[in-house]
This record gives sequence, C-alpha cells and structure tokens, in this order.
Amino acid sequence: MGIDRRGFLKVSGLTVLGIASGKASETFASSDSHGHTSDGTTKRYAMVIDLQLCKEQEGCTDCVNACHHVHNVPEFDNRKDEVKWIWKDSFHHAFHEQEHHYLDKDIVNHPVLLLCNHCDNPPCVQVCPTKATFKRESDGIVMMDWHRCIGCRYCVVACPYGSRSFNWRDPRPHIEEVVDDFPTRTRGVVEKCTFCEERIFEGRPPACVEACKHGAMAFGDLEDPESRVRELLRDRFSIRRKPALGTEPEVYYLV
Amino acid sequence: MIENALTGSKRYWTWVGFLLVVIFIGFLFYLRQFHEGLGITGLSRDITWGFYIAQLTFLVGVAASAVMVVLPYYLHNYKAFGKITILGEFLAIGSVVMCVLFVVVDLGQPFRAFNLFLYPTPNSMLFWDTIVLSGYLILNALISVVTLSAERKGIAPPNWIRPVIIFSIPWAVSIHTVTAFLYAGLGARPFWMTAVLAPRFLASAFAAGPALLILLCLLLRKITKFNAGDEPIRKLSVIVTYAMIVNVFLVLMEFFTAFYSSIPEHTAHFKYMYFGLDGKANLVPWMWTSVVLSIAALALLIVPKWRRNFKLLTVACFAVFIGLWIDKGLGLIVTGFVPTVLGEVVEYAPTFPEIMITIAIYAVGALIVTVFYKVALTVRGEIIYDRIKPGAKPQSVETIGS
Amino acid sequence: MYDAGKVIIGIIVFLVIASFPIWYAVAGGKSADIPELEKAAKGDNCVMETEEMRAAHMDLLNDWRKLVVRDGLRYYTAFDGEKVEMSMTKTCLGCHPNKDAFCDRCHNYMAVNPYCWDCHVNPKEFE
Repeated sequence: MGIDRRGFLKVSGLTVLGIASGKASETFASSDSHGHTSDGTTKRYAMVIDLQLCKEQEGCTDCVNACHHVHNVPEFDNRKDEVKWIWKDSFHHAFHEQEHHYLDKDIVNHPVLLLCNHCDNPPCVQVCPTKATFKRESDGIVMMDWHRCIGCRYCVVACPYGSRSFNWRDPRPHIEEVVDDFPTRTRGVVEKCTFCEERIFEGRPPACVEACKHGAMAFGDLEDPESRVRELLRDRFSIRRKPALGTEPEVYYLV
Repeated sequence: MIENALTGSKRYWTWVGFLLVVIFIGFLFYLRQFHEGLGITGLSRDITWGFYIAQLTFLVGVAASAVMVVLPYYLHNYKAFGKITILGEFLAIGSVVMCVLFVVVDLGQPFRAFNLFLYPTPNSMLFWDTIVLSGYLILNALISVVTLSAERKGIAPPNWIRPVIIFSIPWAVSIHTVTAFLYAGLGARPFWMTAVLAPRFLASAFAAGPALLILLCLLLRKITKFNAGDEPIRKLSVIVTYAMIVNVFLVLMEFFTAFYSSIPEHTAHFKYMYFGLDGKANLVPWMWTSVVLSIAALALLIVPKWRRNFKLLTVACFAVFIGLWIDKGLGLIVTGFVPTVLGEVVEYAPTFPEIMITIAIYAVGALIVTVFYKVALTVRGEIIYDRIKPGAKPQSVETIGS
Repeated sequence: MYDAGKVIIGIIVFLVIASFPIWYAVAGGKSADIPELEKAAKGDNCVMETEEMRAAHMDLLNDWRKLVVRDGLRYYTAFDGEKVEMSMTKTCLGCHPNKDAFCDRCHNYMAVNPYCWDCHVNPKEFE
C-alpha cells in the first residue's frame, strides 16, 4: 500500500476534468454573459415555460410523468408524505402576489408548472449546514449530495417556492416502476428537480422538456445569446416567481 | 461528588424511576420513528418543522436565562444570588441537553449528524447554532463542576474560572440570538422576517427561565432543607416582571407593523394564529389561552403586593411559563408555515408518537436537573436526610464524597 | 485505590472476554470459510490492481461519488489507461453483475453493511 491513493485519484480527476469540459463545449456553444463572469465554459442554465401553450393542453401531465418516472420519484396517496419535482399548481398559488381581480380568466384558471427555480442566489444553499445542497458554479445548477444530507430540512424551510420535498418515509415501496440507471432516495433526505443534470451531461434536454409534445418548455444556456431561451425572453414578455426576494429564479414564464 | 446522586430517599427514587420509565417509553417510540422515518410525525411537505424544533426554540431560552442569576452575582456582586447560581447553571445544562436531543430527533439521518462538523458551513445559521449550543453546554458544565468542587472542599474557586464565567454571559445571549437568526433571515417566511425576533426571544426567555427557577426554588423549599431565601426569589420575580413587560411590548410591536401596514403576507400569519384562516383554527384556542395567561401574569407581577405574596407569585410564574411555552413551543414555529409559501392554509398537529418522544426528552431534562440538584444540595448538606436510619449520624459535608 | 484486587481481576476478565474472537481463531487454527467471490463476467482487470481494489474500493467509490455529484465529472482513467464512467451500477455491476455473489458475499463475511443499495438500484432486484 505504498501509493497515495487519494493523490492518485485527484490526478485522475483532473484528467477527467479535461475530458468533461472538452465534451461540454462540443455540445453547447457559449459566449457573452448577462452579468456573470464567463470564461467561455461557464454556463447558466434556465428554463422558459410558455403558459399560453401549456394551458391549451388541459389535463396534460406528460412532463410530470416523464420526470417522476426517470428520477424514481415516489407516489404517495396522501399530501403529507408527498414528494414532487415538477407539478401543476394553480396560478393563484404560483403567482399569488401578482394576482388581481380583472386578470384574464383564461390565464388565472389554468394551472402553472412549478419546479425548482435553480436560483442565482439560492436560499436553500445558503442555509444548508453541510453543503449537501450546493450551486454548481460551472452551470448554475442547484445540486444535492444525497450522501451528505442529514435531513434537517432547513432548505425546505428556506425555499420561497415550495420546490423541495423530504422523504418522510422509505420511498421505494411507493415507486411504481423503479428505473435502474438513477438512484432512488432513502428516507430522511431532501430532494428536488436537478434540471436533469445527468441528461445534460449526455447532451440531452431535461426529461420534462423532451416529453412536452407541444413545445411549451424550452431549456438552454442564458450565456449563449443565440440560445432558444434567450430568443424567447427577447421576443416575449416573461415573469418570474417572487422576483422581489432577490433570489434570481432561472425559470421564466411567458404570459 | 456525583455518587451523591446514587443515594436518596424513597421519594427521590420513585421520581427518578418514574422519569426513567417515561424515557424508556419515549425511546421505544423513537426507535419506531428511526425505522419508519419522520413520516410518523405530523410534519409534512408544507409544515416541515414543528413540535421538536419549537421545543428546541423554547428551551434555548430557558438555557440562556441562567445568565439572569449569573450576571447579577458575578458582575454586580449581588450576593443574594450566590445560593442559586448553581441551580441556574444546572438548569441551563439540562435545557441545552434537551435542545441537542430535540435537534437529533428531528434529523432525517441522525447518524450523519457529525457532517455538521465534518463540513463546517459558516453561511448556515444551523452551523452557528450548533457551535453556540455546544459551547454553552461545555461552559456551564465546566463552571458548575469547578465552583461546586471548590464549595465542597470549602475553598474559594480558582481564579481562572472567573473570566470563564464572565465569558459565559455574552455567550448565553448569543445562543438565543443565533437561534432567532435561524428563522429571522429567511425571505421565504415573512412571519419570522423581523428584526425584533431575537430581542423578543431574549425577553421571553428572561421571563420564562427565571419563572421556572422561582418555581424550582419554592419546590425545593418544600421538599428539601434547601431554602434559597426570600430575597433572591423576590429579585427573580422582579426580573420576570420586567422581562415579561418587554416581551409583551415587543409582541404588540409585531401586531402594529403587521396590521397597520396591512401587507397580506404579514397579517395572514397573525390572523391564522388568533382568528383562524380559511376555517382552519387549530392554534386559536391555544393562542388565546396564552394571551389570558400573559395578561393575568402581568397583573399579578406588576402589583407589588401580589408579587410579594409567594402563593400568588407561584400562580404568576406558572402563568408566565405556560403562556410563553404556548407562544414559542406551539405557535411561533408552526405559524411561520401557515399560510405556506404558496399561500395555502395547511394545518399541523403533533402525532401521539411525536408527543411521547417530546415528553421523554423533557423527562431526560428533568432527570438531569433532579440528579444535579441532588448532587449540589447534598454537597451543601442541605438535602433532607430521610434516607438515614433513625439514630444514625447524619452525614456531614466532610464525609460525603471520597 | 479501594478494592484494587477486585478491580484488577475485573479488568482481566473483561480483556479475556473482549478478545475472545482472537483466541477462538487462534485455537481453531484457521478462520472459517473465506468466501469465494464470483469472477468478473468480462474484462481482464479492474480499474485498479486487484489487491489495491480489495483494500480500497470503498475509498475509490467515495471519491467517485464526490467527483460525480459535487464536481460534475463522469469519467475515470483506470490504471491501464481505459476511461470508464464513474458509476457503481453501470461500471462495477457491468463486470460483476451478481451483487449477491460478489459484493454481498464478502460484506456479509466482514459484517459490514454499506448503505449504497438503500438508494442505488441493483437492476436484478427489479427485473
């Protein structure tokens, strides 16, 4: 046991870093930033959801089903133990501070897709006492380390968007069909949407975006002025949830 | 010294035995929670912190309140508190241990609790809360052991302990301030987003803690030879009075800013607490009980003639303690979640296992306080000697211990 | 010290009982049934030398999980230069498909109970 195993792994890690960034730059182009420092490889992933297109598909839950299937999200029959990564909720719940009596009933009466906002200033990351929740500087994704989470649920308390869930019980018996290339979680840890970072790495869009047959969801890099998300945000009027809190959510809604 | 806890009257052992039974039952429920997950509690995706964390918040206050006897005695040389500082310190130790236990039972992965130290994260208030609470436990344990050992030997405590004691005074303030910061810095929860939260926590702590200490002193006077004396109790009652006035004042400040601004996300929580929202009103009877108890306590405390009457003072102290327990241990934490961040009104009530685990942790605290008080009072030779057979020579201070 | 004799006898009795497994193994000559692990289904070598792997696979997996989850890296260069994905379920189980005949057999023998499988999915279990 003469060799320093840890040092060895670190060197290998560096090799891998070269490969990973090489691969990533093939998949996504990048250029100027909107206030972030960018060295040409830093990305800022965001999602744009078209409420007009989404509301036309009454009762459609393709995106939710796709996400919850590929991520082994359990289904509980009671609200108390519920775990959800992406879900439909009322306009009233999603935007209750932006509501007024005379809004277009067509908008107000249709549900809104909610998921983690992958905030630029994520309060969940700020409060986590073990860095189990952290923001990846390379692409802005708010990630969780499920190996490290102690289950204190401070992040759930701090999230202004109700995007986080906790495993109150063992999730496995409540997963209809376990997918074997993604871990399930264990009781006592938190979870939420990860923008499908495991798919982005392979150059695929998030599962929800891929599942939406109506093109109501777009995903891409805000650092890239040619990206679909930048195009949509340029051409259409968009709103975000609770912008006054300064969390800088990166999920935008076209109205 | 500690061996004094192993000899005692029948009444002492009955009480200790009772506490152990309660702890054992609670432990069985905890095993269930450990295996099934926190799903057996009333907590939910919407209301993620509840009874456990609320007890933590309340008990941090009780722990911090030891400073109310330590400060006058050591900083202002107020001799009358000399007899009871050790009681305050032991009460603090019992309370901090309960706090730590409440954090642990609230964790989804308790075996990973050490990650708090393995991956220290200064931007998290929970990290600082862990630091100040464990620091306070160590400080109080050190101070009480050193001062009590010196007392047993009949010598003055070593000089180096004095700066440690002085240091423990701001530290006590810090534990409750940092605990308030757990809540007060969250943009997601407007109910707690108030600069007055930490001062309010301290005021309520300095009322509830000394109120409990008065009750304990009066109880000890009844069941042991220990008499704290009238003067320290009177002084404590004055502290309780002022702290309670400040606390009520700060609560009224909250009402003013919420209702005069009438910003919905601020008023909604208060409405839920005191009147119910969307027909949901679990907390309403509790909160009004707290209001009535607080007003009654204030009346009994502010009128000097009543305050000086120990019977009425007992009633007042119970009213203060229970009123503030409802306020902090039931209302304050849960209401932060109602309505939820999505504006929904969802209710929470602790489940039976949750309550049993909570009671067991209180029993652990009671056991610690009982045992330590027993040790301290035996060292002073002030415990009732009813365990000694008739005719036997009562143990003197010198023969107790090694 | 009071009762020094009794205390010392007590300590000796404790040490004898606590070290019983060692005595037992020495007396028995050879520790019972070293488990036979299933050979890898494919490939000539692992990502580290076998000896090294036996001693340090847990550290390797810990490092992998950190690199993947926290640093967003996916590939690992094995000692023979081959690049493999840092995935227990894909890479490790790819060559050792039978968890019970490989992982479990040794873990049971060593009485260690890693919690990997609380979350990571053994495909066989859900087929």
